[in-house]
Amino acid sequence: MPNGKQITLRQMRAGQSGIVFQIQGGHGLISRLSALGIRPGQRITKVGSTFMRGPVTIRVGNAQVALGFGMANKIIVELV
Amino acid sequence: MKILLMGNPNVGKSVVFSRLTGVHVIASNYPGTTVSYSRGSMKLGDKMAEVIDVPGTYTLEPTTKAEEIAAQMLNTGDIVINVIDATKLERNLYLTLQLFERNIPVVVALNIWDDTEHRGIHIDLDKLRGILGVPVIPTVATTGQGIKDLVECIPKATSPDIPPHSRDERWATIGNIIDQVQYITHRHHTWLERTEDASAKPLGGAILAIGVLASSFLAVRFIGEGLIGYVLDPLFNNLWAPVILRLSSLLGGTGFLHDIVIGKIVGGEVNFIESFGLLTTGLYVPFAIVLPYIIPFYLVLGLLEDVGYLPRLAVLMDTIMHRLGLHGYAIIPTLLGLGCNVPAILATRILESKRERFIAATLISIAIPCAALQAMIFGLVGARGWQYVAIVYGTLFVVWFILGIILNHTVKGFSPELLVEIPSYRLPSWRTVLQKLWMRVYGFLRGAVPIILGAVLAISILYVLGIFGAVANFTAPVVTGLLGLPKESVTAIAVGFLRKDVALGMLAPLALSTKQLIVGSVVLAMSFPCIATFVVLLRELGVINMLKSAGIMITAALLVGGILNLAL
Repeated sequence: MPNGKQITLRQMRAGQSGIVFQIQGGHGLISRLSALGIRPGQRITKVGSTFMRGPVTIRVGNAQVALGFGMANKIIVELV
Repeated sequence: MKILLMGNPNVGKSVVFSRLTGVHVIASNYPGTTVSYSRGSMKLGDKMAEVIDVPGTYTLEPTTKAEEIAAQMLNTGDIVINVIDATKLERNLYLTLQLFERNIPVVVALNIWDDTEHRGIHIDLDKLRGILGVPVIPTVATTGQGIKDLVECIPKATSPDIPPHSRDERWATIGNIIDQVQYITHRHHTWLERTEDASAKPLGGAILAIGVLASSFLAVRFIGEGLIGYVLDPLFNNLWAPVILRLSSLLGGTGFLHDIVIGKIVGGEVNFIESFGLLTTGLYVPFAIVLPYIIPFYLVLGLLEDVGYLPRLAVLMDTIMHRLGLHGYAIIPTLLGLGCNVPAILATRILESKRERFIAATLISIAIPCAALQAMIFGLVGARGWQYVAIVYGTLFVVWFILGIILNHTVKGFSPELLVEIPSYRLPSWRTVLQKLWMRVYGFLRGAVPIILGAVLAISILYVLGIFGAVANFTAPVVTGLLGLPKESVTAIAVGFLRKDVALGMLAPLALSTKQLIVGSVVLAMSFPCIATFVVLLRELGVINMLKSAGIMITAALLVGGILNLAL
């Protein structure tokens, strides 16, 4: 169950899981992320990140998705 | 009748396509392998049906050029085989629902079915069939399981014909379906999955990448040199050379025909690189220099593709690629370019914006030497010492990087961020790897060998007619003055438009110094792409952008050649 603590995907540590709460982006970003299964209410797990503000890798369902640092900053997650 | 194979990227559409039609297409383990469509045909009852392998797409609201093609194709089909990755049912159903909203009959192939069990995924097939109202067939395309059932079900395809919904409504419907048909049990991680997690860590990923790239390079060089040293050179020198000498004396040892078929024989010995006859250089270049490197290059590339490593490399390279106005995924077309620039420039379609495609295509055609040219560089420059090969590669790398930074600051528009699905690691079967290798090698033999022979023939005739002399005098100020090359090498640069490997071969008889050979190699690599690449550039970029790209190319080639001439 969500414990109410909200942070961005970028701030999550590798191995932490959470429920997507909100995507602070325009219609285009929301629909692109949604097509890959990243949308409010979905449980995601951060797998890792890269040096120098590189992409963040997450697990959603059975899929791994890599997304840019800027996008990761726009995804608000409630930790579980 | 037209059957479309549609589905999310990397669900195995191309493998299903090969199974249905017997037509082999390149299939790999990364999203975006198929960027244009392939056609084939299959027997359906007693009629023939056309089957089309459509590029993968997550939705019918396209975000890339390849997805755009997919959305357009849908309007031309009669039946859709919706290929679904059974391990990612929820996300895949989104496209399925969108297809249901169009008035087209659908049959669902639940592919990668063999992977569900060990991932702890249980899907109630009968319930899923009941809810969707279309045939649903579990398949394992890589082994062929379920393909026969799929073919039998094609005539039973139906269109549920539901009214259009909003995105949220579709996801709500999918949530409902998943609750009813799928449950997941706990299971242990396999070693492949643990490797997946390690590749996504900053340090582990970087170490793995360096290891993978270094061992790939060593493997290509080792196998390539082995094939040349132990198989092809002995074959040409011990078996073919005596035949050539016999033929030479039969033809009288000189004359027009002799020069075209055999070329120049000096001192009773056949020099396969310098003689420039159809049966000597014309065969030696493709079979004994280029082919030995084409084979290991595509073997290693095929393994990396099928294991699913390339998207992970894209993630690691993302930060660097952003400096060049690209994002990490552009590393995939770039790596393909080390084989041949033609599929590489086609593969830039996986990039989202026009600006990215222009930058990526320009950088590839200027700074990424194809396998054929690289093989010649290994052969000719490598004979002078591997440190000189390193200078050629180092120069091209610096050009790639600096030119990328310049383009990033001058080309208008913005570059989007990376957003890509990372496929699961898979152990490829040797059968599929070798089959793909054969397709690519065959493609080289069929496509390149006739052009190489044509180029050698054209060169011999032009030599005899003395046309090269006039051209060489005309361009001497640039070629000799700026680049420090003998004036005759302009002919090699011109031939580079046909084939880069033959062009570099033309420099061999000119007795160049090592420095001149380095300058020549770099200028050849950077200047005009071969005609095949040129045509693809024109088609993908349009006339104006192609001309821009070509302008940048000529300027950069002369500038870098001139600098090397002064600096070395």
